[in-house]
Amino acid sequence: MDIIVCLKQTFDTETVIWLNEKGEINDKDVKLIINPYDEFALEEALRVKEKLGGEVTVVSLGGVRTQEALRAALALGADKAMLINCENLTELDEMMAAKILARAINALPFDMIFTGRMAIDSGGAQMAMRLAEEFDLPAVSGITKIELEGRTAVVQHETDEGLETVEVLLPAVFSAQKGLNEPRYPVMAGILKAKKKPLDIIAAEELAAGLPLQSGMKVRGYVAPESRLPGRVLNGSAAEMTAELVRLLREEAKVV
Amino acid sequence: MANRIWVYVEQYKGKIRKVSLELLSKGRQLARANDCELEAVVLGPETAELTATAAAYGAERVLFITDERDFANYTIREYTTLLAQLLQTDKPEALLLGDTARGRDLAARTSQRLGVGLAADCIAIETDPDSFLKFKRPIYGGRLFAWLESANRPLMATARPNSFLLAEPDFTRTASVRKEKVNLAIEAPREVVKFVSKRASKRPELTEADIIVAGGRGMGNADNLHVLEDLADTLGGVAIGASRAVVDSGWRDMEYQVGQTGKTVSPALYIACGISGSIQHLAGMNSSKVIVAINRDPNATILDVADYALVGDLFDIVPKLTAEFQKLFKADN
Repeated sequence: MDIIVCLKQTFDTETVIWLNEKGEINDKDVKLIINPYDEFALEEALRVKEKLGGEVTVVSLGGVRTQEALRAALALGADKAMLINCENLTELDEMMAAKILARAINALPFDMIFTGRMAIDSGGAQMAMRLAEEFDLPAVSGITKIELEGRTAVVQHETDEGLETVEVLLPAVFSAQKGLNEPRYPVMAGILKAKKKPLDIIAAEELAAGLPLQSGMKVRGYVAPESRLPGRVLNGSAAEMTAELVRLLREEAKVV
Repeated sequence: MANRIWVYVEQYKGKIRKVSLELLSKGRQLARANDCELEAVVLGPETAELTATAAAYGAERVLFITDERDFANYTIREYTTLLAQLLQTDKPEALLLGDTARGRDLAARTSQRLGVGLAADCIAIETDPDSFLKFKRPIYGGRLFAWLESANRPLMATARPNSFLLAEPDFTRTASVRKEKVNLAIEAPREVVKFVSKRASKRPELTEADIIVAGGRGMGNADNLHVLEDLADTLGGVAIGASRAVVDSGWRDMEYQVGQTGKTVSPALYIACGISGSIQHLAGMNSSKVIVAINRDPNATILDVADYALVGDLFDIVPKLTAEFQKLFKADN
């Protein structure tokens, strides 16, 4: 079972986000991590490999620092890594990123592609569907369980209606939701081994040859959220506070 | 044909979902400001009720897209084909969908098939002289917003539920009906839904809820959550949410989690009980219109974003709050 894991390097979840004087998002001295949902994707791929054999290849679109994330994935047990260096291509939207990723993946054999449910920075939550579309494959978003029966994957995911169980014929694409598994921690032997594993770097512009890079969504600008006006601290006993709160919710906020 | 804005109408249990009605309300404004027609798009057979409801919220025409087969067995790939084919021949200026589980998947696949961009999870859409429409969406878990535009057509966006004002429906309005048939290539199914375990709770879905009562680590244990259930019931069976601590402790399932790794919600009222207010939790709920925080720690971060802050023991305060609401609603009757 050969598996591709698409992995993104993101800011640490505790990062304070601010805009520099050019109106760009500050990325200096920011701690970078593997997108938390992609850790679930990688873990599941490794578990399948350990059970059924095959290779796990991690693929990432990012800058040179993304090598750290890929090396970490190799230390956890991935066999190969590929960095698509997009430092010279700014403003790739999800659609164009998926096209470039698909061109890279197209050269690799695979039975399954795993991504995280969403990247915590862009919050797009689209990559699994987009890759599936590029390869004309079935896909299921946000899976919390997967069992393989030959060439069929039985997966569970939460939809708006409830918990859905879907049978999917491989090859297929899945995005991993929290709850799918408990990701492992790296061990020293893995870290040492990772140094010898292949990590290929390809320039994104080579893969993007012929693509209409200007299409898709463009960022016109960023704005900080309006800070909430300081609220009111209610005083008194529990009975007094709750009576006052109900009055305010009815008369001032008008929400009940 | 005049320029058109399409709103994809998503149904749930035979009814149009609230977020689709919010989008029709917004779509009507945008269409009027730009001299466009607003067309509601339904993937499925015509019903008079759908047409009447879509018209009441602003659609001038309702487009029903069908084919010969049974819609019950459709997967997202077939829906994508239906939608993409019509988009290619019909060429509307924009297509707006609700950011639901299905809406996001359908939008992503359709946008990829057409090779156009998608502004996902928008919280604002405005008319723009250069790009027709521009889209505001949260990034970094709501700690920043990006304005997006595109030169491609159709412009595609999904809208976060509870972000666009629901118009007062006008049932005296009517809409014309248009029916289109698309021929799908028949292929052996590659994905089959075997089983859906319906949500047991009768409470509304978190992202579409008007009021959410949420609990955090301060609840202490799973059994104590009943005080929130009582409050939520008194408020009319409203939604219950939970912080990550509650879910990680196993007191509630994942579907209740509000925050960066859970659901992002924008209710009219969010009552946070025993939630300290981690940056990840705030990211999931700070677009709520009114926030009430009840916490015994006067330094809890949640109190800083609250419109109304109550410092004290939630097990003392919440039952009294429930009683106060009971008194209020009794007086209303």
